[in-house]
Amino acid sequence: MSTTTIGGHTLTVDQEGFLTDRSEWSEEVATALAEQIGVTLESEHWTVLSFLRAEHAQTGETPTLRRVSTGLEIPVKHLFELFPVKPAKKMAYVAGLPKPRGCV
Amino acid sequence: MHELLVLGGGTAGTMIVNKLHKRLEPTLWNITVVDRDDAHHYQPGYLQVPFGAANPTRLTRSRHAQIADGVRFVTAEVDVVDADRNEVRLGDGTVLGYDQLVIATGTSPRPDETPGVTGALWRRSVHEFYTLEGATLLRDALERFERGRLLVHITEMPIKCPVAPLEFTFLAESWLRERGRRNDVEIVYVTPLSGAFTRPIASERLGHLLEERHITVETDFVVERVDDQAATLESYDGRSLPFDLLVTVPLNMGADFVGRSGLGDDLNYVPVDPQTFLARGHDDIFALGDASDIPTSKAGSVAHFAVDVFVENFLDHIAGRPMTHEFDGHANCFVESGDGKALLIDFNYDVEPLPGRFPVPYVGPMALLEESRLNHLGKQAFPWIYWNVLLPGRPIPLPATMSMAGKHVPA
Repeated sequence: MSTTTIGGHTLTVDQEGFLTDRSEWSEEVATALAEQIGVTLESEHWTVLSFLRAEHAQTGETPTLRRVSTGLEIPVKHLFELFPVKPAKKMAYVAGLPKPRGCV
Repeated sequence: MHELLVLGGGTAGTMIVNKLHKRLEPTLWNITVVDRDDAHHYQPGYLQVPFGAANPTRLTRSRHAQIADGVRFVTAEVDVVDADRNEVRLGDGTVLGYDQLVIATGTSPRPDETPGVTGALWRRSVHEFYTLEGATLLRDALERFERGRLLVHITEMPIKCPVAPLEFTFLAESWLRERGRRNDVEIVYVTPLSGAFTRPIASERLGHLLEERHITVETDFVVERVDDQAATLESYDGRSLPFDLLVTVPLNMGADFVGRSGLGDDLNYVPVDPQTFLARGHDDIFALGDASDIPTSKAGSVAHFAVDVFVENFLDHIAGRPMTHEFDGHANCFVESGDGKALLIDFNYDVEPLPGRFPVPYVGPMALLEESRLNHLGKQAFPWIYWNVLLPGRPIPLPATMSMAGKHVPA
């Protein structure tokens, strides 16, 4: 764990820059994180981010692309447009959640 | 009389009824198990079948023979659970009432959820090893596979036994090498995740296993379809991977009746409290084993530790006491790494696999998170323990909750 400053916010992050403390997340932080990966957040992005955070709060896991797609009725292809290249990882990054992972 | 109805006579369901049968007052409780058939498969054995190291006919035993006398075993499909009426309707129209219901119907591969997988190449050059039939057909396909490109592919998480695709890859690599075919075969591991290993410590300590064996990894691959004309695996971001042999791990889903009954999430897993396994919104329905949505591996090992905790909680619950035993997500798995060696991993909801010694802290004899022949022998010995100790619900000297003793966290 280390701390980093993004857009004026001091954040606790892991080696890959993912937030490790969910309480440090806010909409301003999300906007700053999105800027880091070249994404400008619009209303559809926010819908996806709130879904991710709600799911993580309930299940303890970052939802998969498929789950976001079925849960929000957004085609997977469109998720690739909203968060181009590696959308699963990027959505998690901006939502302040761990990247989707396996057991090892 | 009170009725305990358990749907699914697999690893979790069998352990539950065998343990509760000894603990519930027989004059007060009837226990019934429902399963669609009477064949209990030792599923970890599927992994050995493609390499001729397990005889498919020896992996299956009768389900009812594993279940204690005094527990009723019913062979039937489950049609629907009516949670409002505390009833389960079976495929033949029979209705079973319950006071407490346990859903332990597991998860299964759904190759038809990915377009093209079950098309013209299915069971020819597109295979899977998560069913006994699939593993047996893959054995024949591997025997014929002399040269070309082998893709080992995971569709989407979560999957049953999440390390099995890696184990398959290691075993295939060593099997091909022993037969002198390795130089003619390219092996690619294709994952929707950001790497073959995603936990920092496992990744650092085990990443070399793939490099040394010249196995390439295609990451963040979100499969859209199999093109069965071109024999390629196609991703949403436009990547196209040609194959001569595709070994895919299909999307896994819970039982269809869970969805029909309105008890499941988008993949038919029952949302539960991860400490007590009580289905959310119900106080008389539990889900154990692979059937629930708990955020840990779908594996018999998890089911085993979870059942230990569940039994104590269940006895509290039916006596009207609060459920105070909490499951920590403990799992403990042998991971085959080829060449007669295996790794051992021990972890829970919060602690990733760490190096150390197991089961006796600092002593072992098993080494955690490193390859050894002893770990492989441990895996070889496991079927006997499964049939003779775990399923009958006999105690084994491993605590249900994970211990940090003997583990070290690298700086």
